Amino acid sequence: MATRASTAVTPSRRPQLPPPRDRARLRVLAHRLDMKASPYAYVAPYLLLFCAFGLFPLLYTAWVSLHDWTLLSDTHTFVGLGNFQALLGDEYFWNAAFNTLSIGVLSTVPQLALAIWLAHLLNRPLRAQTIFRVTLLLPNVTSVVAVVVIFSQLFGRDFGLVNWVLSWSGAQPVDWNAGTASSHVAISVMIMWRWTGYNALIFLAAMQAVPRELYEAATIDGASGFTQLRRITIPMIRPTVVFVVITSTIGAMQVLAEPLLFGVYSLTGGPDRQYQTLSLFIYENFTKLDFGYASAISWMMFLFIVVAAAVNYLLTRRARGSLT
Amino acid sequence: MGKLRPRLVTPLLATVMVLGLSACGGGTDAGASPDAARPAEKIKLTVALFSDFHFAPLYEEFKKTHPNVEIVERRAQFNDHHTNLTTQLATGSGAADVIAVEAGYIATFTPLADKFHDLGQYGLTKRQGDYLDWKWRQGLSPDGGKLLGLGTDVGGLAMCYRTDLFEKAGLPTGRDEVSALWPTWEAYMEAGKKFTAAKVAGAKWFDGPGENFRAMVDQAPVGFYDEQNTLVAGTNPDVRKAWDLSVAMIQAGQSAELAAFSPPWNTGLTKGSFATIICPSWKTGSIKDAAPATSGKWDVAAVPGGGGGNQGGTHLMAPKQGKHPKEAAELIDLLTSKDTQLKLFTEAGALPSIPALYDDPAITSYVNPFFSDAPTGKIFTDAAKALKPQHVGPKAGDVLTAFGNGLQRIEQGKQAPQDAWQQVLKDLDRIK
Repeated sequence: MATRASTAVTPSRRPQLPPPRDRARLRVLAHRLDMKASPYAYVAPYLLLFCAFGLFPLLYTAWVSLHDWTLLSDTHTFVGLGNFQALLGDEYFWNAAFNTLSIGVLSTVPQLALAIWLAHLLNRPLRAQTIFRVTLLLPNVTSVVAVVVIFSQLFGRDFGLVNWVLSWSGAQPVDWNAGTASSHVAISVMIMWRWTGYNALIFLAAMQAVPRELYEAATIDGASGFTQLRRITIPMIRPTVVFVVITSTIGAMQVLAEPLLFGVYSLTGGPDRQYQTLSLFIYENFTKLDFGYASAISWMMFLFIVVAAAVNYLLTRRARGSLT
Repeated sequence: MGKLRPRLVTPLLATVMVLGLSACGGGTDAGASPDAARPAEKIKLTVALFSDFHFAPLYEEFKKTHPNVEIVERRAQFNDHHTNLTTQLATGSGAADVIAVEAGYIATFTPLADKFHDLGQYGLTKRQGDYLDWKWRQGLSPDGGKLLGLGTDVGGLAMCYRTDLFEKAGLPTGRDEVSALWPTWEAYMEAGKKFTAAKVAGAKWFDGPGENFRAMVDQAPVGFYDEQNTLVAGTNPDVRKAWDLSVAMIQAGQSAELAAFSPPWNTGLTKGSFATIICPSWKTGSIKDAAPATSGKWDVAAVPGGGGGNQGGTHLMAPKQGKHPKEAAELIDLLTSKDTQLKLFTEAGALPSIPALYDDPAITSYVNPFFSDAPTGKIFTDAAKALKPQHVGPKAGDVLTAFGNGLQRIEQGKQAPQDAWQQVLKDLDRIK
């Protein structure tokens, strides 16, 4: 519509256009404005969304965490750092922090090793490559509810498949849900099942950018597949490894659905809080309508995540020497 | 310049659209019309429930007398449903016009009398004569001045049992003889000892200790809270007695150690992992859904401890956010009417909260084919008649969880009974 309108008015406007030199200067100005302003305009939607749904809740949570804030009462007493003080002396909080760490390590470490290995296998010329790659992603698109229901059955005490297989070697049935270590293993397996393929695909994408000649040269020199993986692939995709390690760590810190559903909606994460994670602990206090306390936990968790991500970043960077 | 324009326009457009969208998100309710409605104006009523209440035909009936009303039902998962309502009340938006509130939560919401419509203002006080007195009072504001909710059903108790497992253990199988086995909970435990001694392969006496404990507490005159809503669970001797008996049953090896409604519990139901299970009337439906293959293997006997306690049961309330209180009240009136409650018993197993119906032949003569044609109509109405009402406190659900967790810790061998009790007391302190 704009073009049609402009062609219609062009004849009458033409005489009013500035002389060529001014027009050139205007073009330069416009170009400069474009260079400076356009990038901001491009990122503006994200920033606006982030402010509305990221930054504002974060700051508001901080504000709430300084109060004795119960949802249904209209008065919110300011208690300063009282909630945080109570939190640091709360054994259930430390229990949840320990569980989160334990499940995080149990699920992330084997998961990433497995993902790199799978990606390495798929990085070779294969028949029906696409099928294998799609298969990798399938667990990830499965509903978490379905995953947990099925795995809870597999890890059942009386009629579970896992115990049945274990019984072949004469082992006693394990009550997976009851024990601290056993429940952490069961939950970690669910997380691994869902996310290994997803991370493997990210690794695979990075591996495809590694020059083929390196492998060819290594093969000629007689390096085995494993040596190639260790000496060529991993050093070449280090930035991706750092990225995946950090996102996985953040994901592991926030795990909620698996323990919640494994305990059949038990907000305490089992009768002995044996698999209550930090997110679950926040959720428990939110449903008790104790918003001040829950917000304080949310902020502590935020700090933990920042620390964990930083430590991971430093470690994976440091690891350069030993990996190559 | 001609080149410049589209480059800036795209992101700007995107920004404007995003802002526009988020503005829309905040203001969906802005268009709702006030109640000064002309008769021809369309009115939309939302009804929020936590499961299928079998209300659909009743909406059609309501529309016959209210052609201008459109009814939309929405359902959420049980725990989420009540949390949602809390959030909606606190933030002042999003609540349905009519909302179901379960017995365990009713005392959380009735103190917030100013957030709900007083149904008495719309003439529903006339229904008082219909109701069980205690059920009626549960729906009143704490000072008794406002009518906030009308009851749909109550949860009279019985005990469901597996006739095939009883036969294998050499116990009687007829429902009257079985009822005579357990006049008290102690007698129930003794019968359990006989069952355990018979060593029926793969079967224990009951599913898990939590539900039996809850039933015993429900039968006491005072439960977790006193009438003033003070938490007395830690000091109430009846609670302690129920705890001790539950511990004794665990130690006698009578529990199948299955948490109610968990996937292993469902499997256990199908495979016959336990011989008895405490049955509020609505649970007969749950068993049928979870283990359809066991049809005909079940029967229903009286609950131990003489007479019933109440487990569950619901009220319908109208939050003040609703703009059409008159229509909402009329809908609640229909959904809780005598005819409705009669119909819903046979359709959904919901036991009426209107005592006049307990002698209605349509109910007393009802037999349930899934439970070996047990006269569940008579069993549950008898339980409801014997029911001693108990005051339900504001955080009864959290309290029950603390006790259930304690019993499970004993069962899983993680704590000695005394330590488990101490930790329960500590957890109760947190609930306040």
